[in-house]
This record gives sequence, structure tokens and C-alpha cells, in this order.
Amino acid sequence: MHKIRFIAQKELYHILRDFRSLIIIFVMPIMMTFLYGYAINMDIEHIPLAVVDRDQTEDSRAFIERFYASNYFFPPGEQANFFDPQHLLRGGHAAAVLIIRPGFSEALRGGRPYELGLQIDGSEVSQAGAVVAYANALLSQFLRDKMLAPGAIMPGVTISQQVMYNPDLQSSHFFVPGIVAVILLMISALLTSITIAREKETGTMEQLLTAPVTPAQILIGKLIPYIIIAFLDGLLVLAFAKVLFAVPFVGSFWLLIALEMIYVATALSIGILISTLVPTQQLAMQFALLITMLPSIMLSGFIFAVKNMPIPLQVVSKIVPATYFLDIVRGIMLKGSGIEILAPQAGSLLILMVIFLTIAVRRFNTRIG
Amino acid sequence: MSGTAVQIEHLTRKFGQFTAVDDLSLTVNEGEIFGFLGANGAGKTTAIRMLCGLLLPTSGTGHVGGANILTESEKIKKSIGYMSQKFSLYRDLTGRENIQFYGSAYDLDKRTITDRMAELTDRLALGEFIDRISGSLPTGWRQRLALAVAIIHRPKIVFLDEPTGGVDPVFRRTFWSLLYEMADEGVTIFVTTHYMDEAEYCGRISIMHAGKLVEIGTPTELVAKYGAANLEDMFIDLISPTGVIGA
Repeated sequence: MHKIRFIAQKELYHILRDFRSLIIIFVMPIMMTFLYGYAINMDIEHIPLAVVDRDQTEDSRAFIERFYASNYFFPPGEQANFFDPQHLLRGGHAAAVLIIRPGFSEALRGGRPYELGLQIDGSEVSQAGAVVAYANALLSQFLRDKMLAPGAIMPGVTISQQVMYNPDLQSSHFFVPGIVAVILLMISALLTSITIAREKETGTMEQLLTAPVTPAQILIGKLIPYIIIAFLDGLLVLAFAKVLFAVPFVGSFWLLIALEMIYVATALSIGILISTLVPTQQLAMQFALLITMLPSIMLSGFIFAVKNMPIPLQVVSKIVPATYFLDIVRGIMLKGSGIEILAPQAGSLLILMVIFLTIAVRRFNTRIG
Repeated sequence: MSGTAVQIEHLTRKFGQFTAVDDLSLTVNEGEIFGFLGANGAGKTTAIRMLCGLLLPTSGTGHVGGANILTESEKIKKSIGYMSQKFSLYRDLTGRENIQFYGSAYDLDKRTITDRMAELTDRLALGEFIDRISGSLPTGWRQRLALAVAIIHRPKIVFLDEPTGGVDPVFRRTFWSLLYEMADEGVTIFVTTHYMDEAEYCGRISIMHAGKLVEIGTPTELVAKYGAANLEDMFIDLISPTGVIGA
């Protein structure tokens, strides 16, 4: 313990006296939160929508008003030719055309079947999906409000989807926790990945290895100051993300920071492991970015749901720490989940940490060359 | 002072096709100042690294302080001090912090470290340099600091790999008188050097060439054996391309 303490202290001196590591520690996470937060904004708004109203009634005008009153749609410019919907779509003047044939108002009041036409530019896949979803939502809302005849049936009425936890379907609420997970993983792995490689490169490892210290003492001693630093970083990123993107926070703050501590320790262990395997800092940093960034973005459920992935990728996602932390952050921030729900995730992170550190201690070479 | 500090038998180390140390056998007695000479690339550093447990030999065996270099490197580490050719302390720490760190790495308590630091500061005339960031120190001061770290735990055997490279003559004198004092206290000194005047200070010297041990003996013996005017002439005669074994 005594030796671990001194190794930790020495490592802390290295960190505090190295300008570059201080930049990685405090500037990079803020910058990354900012970039990721704005770049990965999946909310689709301001879609140009043309409307061809052949009904020309108070009801049809009220219905159109609903579309343009929302943030999602706006009318195309003056030059658009409203008599040729296809032309509007092809020319990119509109992403969709809503066609209201005559009889909309009558059908509404008489409870008769009626179909609205919606032509969508399918070349923008995600936008097209959004148009359908928004149009259905606006229609069903309109119908609810206009339910003049009780029990009236309206074809084309989609069942109102109740969206849990993120009622505004704000993608930032969904993504910000993911950003926190990805950034913490990258920064943490980056921080520790260079610690041992640096000692190899500068030659200090040669002196250290002639002293009676064990690999476990060296690795754990090096890990400790970084746990504190990465933990503070996590708070910084969380606070920044919370303020910048106004993400709700319904769960326990203390539970989140306790689990965050476990997460950064796991992430730091990955860096330590990398550090024992490569000879130079340069290589260590490249490795750290490579093995943390892609898997944590693609395989953790950050963007794509894990349960929809092919089985082999699902297996890989199990060794990506971000997978578990994503559940934790989303669970605590958006749903208010407690430890009784998140215990398996916390346990998995601890197991991964022990595995990474064990391999690192085994792989750590107490000889040079 | 009749025990054996270092004993190696048929020590060989290869790096791929290249044989850095070739069938090296020698014995160093306790309390002896043993000079380990040879041109650059003769295999001295590789041999020392094997003795310190930093490098495994390809074949051969040896004992340092009674511990086997193949199997007991942890035991060896406690009894030796090592000063590498390249400055290998933490450059972003001060001298004091480096000494404190290594003191604790050798399990010394705080009190012992403080006492020992005061003693070494005095003996090595480190003065106020001890509180400077070690990377900013001139070579001579770095070498003193590296020696202080190597002997902070009063090792029985000290391996010094070119400890006086780039050091001024005045300090080399100080350095060697300190080595003599340590040898008097029973510490074995295993030292490499390029300075022939320093080789003269050694009890015995060995000369390595291309990984092989080519001579071993006291400086006077060797000078006499080759009929040279002095050790330097003898050394050059021996290892130069036109010399005894170089051709």
C-alpha cells in the first residue's frame, strides 16, 4: 500500500506538471461535448411541406394551420408551382406534399372514411421517416381535438403512439447521455494509455524496474490519480451537457456519480492495458482512440439499438463499457432508475475492470527489450 | 571481504542474429571496485542489464548477491543499486522528489529517507540543486542525483553504467572518492567507464570486445602483460582494428 501511495503521488506530479495532459483533461471533454452535441443532433425540423387544398373549407384550413404552426414544417417559397406536386418534390422545393381532396370536412363531420394524400421525397430516408411520423402525430392530435361525433371512425388515423420518457421526442435527451459515455471512455483511455508507454520511451522504466516494485503496484498506483481526475471530468461533462442541452434529470445524482466512478475506472483500465502492450506514446494514443471511439459509438446503443444488431455484434457490445454506462445514464437521467435496476450494469463494469487490469498485470513486462 | 558479489558463467545474449554478449564468465568479489571496460557496442550495457534483472540471458547463468539472475530477480532488486547510462530519473520531478520516490520504492520509512537524503546531499554536494526540476539540471548534477538515487537504500552491490560521462574532472574526482568510501564500507562497485584514469582507480578491470571478454586483471598486471606504457595505450592496442584482437 505504501508503495502504491508513492507511485500515485509521483503520477499526480507528472499530470499536474504536464501542460499537454492538462489540456487533454480539461479542454478536450468540453470541446467534444460541444461538437458531438451539436453535430449529432438528430431532430429533423423545418421540413418544406407543400399543401394542395382542394377541399377549401374551414376544417381543411385549420388542419393545414396545425402543420405550419409546428416547428417541423414550413411552406415552400412563392415560386413553387402548386399544381404540379411531382415538380415540387423533384425540384427540392418541398420534401413532402399534403393533398387534401374535396370532402375532408364532410368526412370529418359525418364520420365517413376518407384518405389524405401524402407524397414524400424518399431519397432523404431519415427525413421521410420523420415526415410520416410527424404527419401522423399531427393528424391524430387534430382528430382528437375535432372529435365532434363520438365514436366517429376515420381511415388513415394512426394509433397515437405514446412516447415514454422523451415525450417531445427530443433526440438530444437521448444522445447527450451517450455523448457523456463516449467522451468519458475516450478521454479516460487516452489518459492512462500513455503513462507506461511514456516511461518506456523516456527510459525511466529502466530505473523503476531495478527497484523492488511489482507490476500490480505500478499499475494500481498509476490508476489512482487518474480515477480522481477522470471522475471530475465526468462531472464536468455531465454538468456541461445538462446546461447546454437542457437534458432532464429525474433520478438520483449520487447514484449517478457513484456509478460514474466505476465507469471511469473501467475505462482507465483499458488505457492501462493498452499502455502495457505498446512501446510508444504515439502508438498508445492511436490505439486508445481506435478501440474506444468506434465501438462505443457504433456498438454501445449510442446510435443503434443493441437488440437490433446481429448476434456477433451483440456479443462484442458486451465488452464495450459504454454499453453499460449508456443504460446507467439514460436510466438515471431520463427514467429515474435506481440501483435495483442498474446493479447488473454496475456489476458488469466491475467485472470488465478486473479483467482488463488482470490482463495488464500479467502482460506487464518487468524486463526491458 | 572474501565473499563473491557477482558470479556469472557462460552468459550469452542474442538480439536476433546479433550476439551482444558472448559466453561471458567472470567473478567479482565483495567490496571490490570492478572496472568493466570496452568500446561502445562491446556489450557492457547488455551485460549489466542482465545482472540487474532487466534482461534475461539467452543462455548461461549467474548470481548477484547470492541470488540467481534467472529466477530470483526480485531478490536481486532489493540488494542492488543501478545507475543507467542514460539519465533515467523523472525529469519533471525535483531531485528531492525523485529520491523520496525511490526511497519509498525500496521500502524505506520517511525518517530514514530524510536522514539518508541529508547525508547524500552533503556527500554529493547537491546543495540547492536538489530542489530543482531534475530535467533542467546540467549533466554533472544529474549524474550526482542519479547516484544518490542508486544508493539511497544502501545497496550491497552498485552497478554504474558510465556514471561520469559528460562530467567535469573536479566532480569525477569527488565521485571516485565517494566510490572508494563505499568500497571501504564493503559495497561492491561494478562500473563501466571510457576514462582510463578512472580505470586505474579500479581494483580489477575487464575488457570486452564484440561481446566477448578479452582480458581481466589488475591494471598493473595488464599494462605489464602487454608491455604498454600505460593503461590507455594497452587498451587501444588491444581493441583497435590494427591491435592484438581487432585484426
